[in-house]
Amino acid sequence: MEVEKIMGMTITEKILAAHAGKEKVEPGELITAKVDIALANDITAPIAIRKFRESGAEKVFDRDFIALVPDHFSPNKDIESAEQCKMLRDFAREQDLTYYFEVGQMGVEHALLPEQGIVVPGDVVIGADSHTCTYGGLGAFSTGMGSTDLAAAFITGETWFKVPESMKFVYKGKLKKWVGGKDLILHTIGDIGVDGALYRAMEFTGEVIESLPMAHRLTMANMAIEAGGKNGIIAPDAITEKYVTGRARRKPIFYVSDSDAVYCDVREYECSRLEPQVAFPHLPENVHDVQEASNISIDQVVVGSCTNGRLSDLREAARVIRGKKVAKYVRMIVIPATQRIYQAAMKEGLLDIFIEAGAAVSTPTCGPCLGGYMGILAKGERAVATTNRNFVGRMGHPESEVYLSNPAVAAASAVTGRITHPEEVVSNR
Amino acid sequence: MQIKGKAWKFGRDVDTDQIIPARYLNTSDPQELAKHCMEDADPEFMSKMVPGDLIVAEKNFGCGSSREHAPISIKAAGVSAVIAKSFARIFYRNAFNMGLPIFESEEAVAGISEGDEVEVEMESGVIRNRTTGREFTSAPVPPFMQELIAAGGLMAYVKKKM
Repeated sequence: MEVEKIMGMTITEKILAAHAGKEKVEPGELITAKVDIALANDITAPIAIRKFRESGAEKVFDRDFIALVPDHFSPNKDIESAEQCKMLRDFAREQDLTYYFEVGQMGVEHALLPEQGIVVPGDVVIGADSHTCTYGGLGAFSTGMGSTDLAAAFITGETWFKVPESMKFVYKGKLKKWVGGKDLILHTIGDIGVDGALYRAMEFTGEVIESLPMAHRLTMANMAIEAGGKNGIIAPDAITEKYVTGRARRKPIFYVSDSDAVYCDVREYECSRLEPQVAFPHLPENVHDVQEASNISIDQVVVGSCTNGRLSDLREAARVIRGKKVAKYVRMIVIPATQRIYQAAMKEGLLDIFIEAGAAVSTPTCGPCLGGYMGILAKGERAVATTNRNFVGRMGHPESEVYLSNPAVAAASAVTGRITHPEEVVSNR
Repeated sequence: MQIKGKAWKFGRDVDTDQIIPARYLNTSDPQELAKHCMEDADPEFMSKMVPGDLIVAEKNFGCGSSREHAPISIKAAGVSAVIAKSFARIFYRNAFNMGLPIFESEEAVAGISEGDEVEVEMESGVIRNRTTGREFTSAPVPPFMQELIAAGGLMAYVKKKM
């Protein structure tokens, strides 16, 4: 008689199973799962709120599980944006939501929620924003959805998922100076393409990940969607433990993949020789070593966003630009992702470094990343940005261009006016 | 429901910023969004198409943002269906939630040229190119999605459970 062997589960499967009240789930299975946090912003919440009202519902499932963050076109860029933000404010007031963030406390949503301990390891998080996958850096299952899915979850506290297959990425070796999470994820997207992980979970593992600081882990998980992934995820460990201690507003649960978990693909990268990576227009998969971009002149540099607007990103950029000047006719815009980051950067003297270099420093907003405001490109202009997308027209005119990089490359490029390896600027000191 | 019209062809990885650029996202009014449908992929699209026409695209249609404004603008523009080799995950889910018919078929995309007259049978997913006379099948709609459609979309489905 054959004994059926029960295969192990991945971290993604374990979190989904726990939230579906099941012992085991398998890829392809449809489940209904409890949602720990449901998130929307000033672009997506208005549609969700309208759908909520149209359904005849009066009260949200739980006032503590919804987070509304007006961050995209806020502080309000125009009258229409002001109306959209007002819808969030009115709804938050009416429903007495715990997590509504007014301008002054607001930050870029995916930097804000982990910082405030609102999302924790082991959670299921859904957000009407594609970069909701960021929280996988903490060891949570999180994924982006549309506004209608959010509206349904507001009412029921649940949502449906098809359990994704998992892809395992193993990063080996020791990273060179100036290389970090942004370069790892760009390199990965360059390898598998913008639909290389379509409908799948991307699990990032290996010795490089085991010593990778939390900010870099969040950056990697943030860009899983740029490979088409449903979620990106990293097993929580001592680094996670340290990060959540003192912040977590609920009890974190640390899940890890079983040694016999099943993956549909395993990819290994030797990272010791990896150079800083730059994604050329108009897809995040058009990835090159920074050296291949050194003759490309630029008009604007943006350091910020849910991908790279955290304190360590600002430190990295400041380390490069300290005592230097932004090149003539180049605009450098630095946007700390949250108020807490803004204040810390001020106390550390980072903002002084940027301002003395001739950079503009802005209050937190998504602004230029999606071509909203605060740094729109004219026809034919070119930007280096620490953001996540370089699609046609992403930062302004349809004939403008965006190159994606890490914060050190962005800062070095601001100094020279062309895409530059940080070493070139720093060793000139 | 009848899906019948002229095919407008697009390439691979048409992202949501091309379908509805973020500079227009300070509103969610379907008619306003429709004015700019596909603007950064083809600025002439709205002046060329007539209601009922179809979008036919290569792989990974709708990649990028979760903005429901993308399928909303396509539907409000009067596009009767989107046929693609594959769809990005969030766009796929959004399209069902708001009742925009979408069909996944590599062979149909390969066998349809710009300007061809195309018709689709909603229930069976059979796609016909009336210009060439060829017929194609599309990937079956997952049963749960069919249930959602039968219920009248996600919100109607949820309402039943309220």
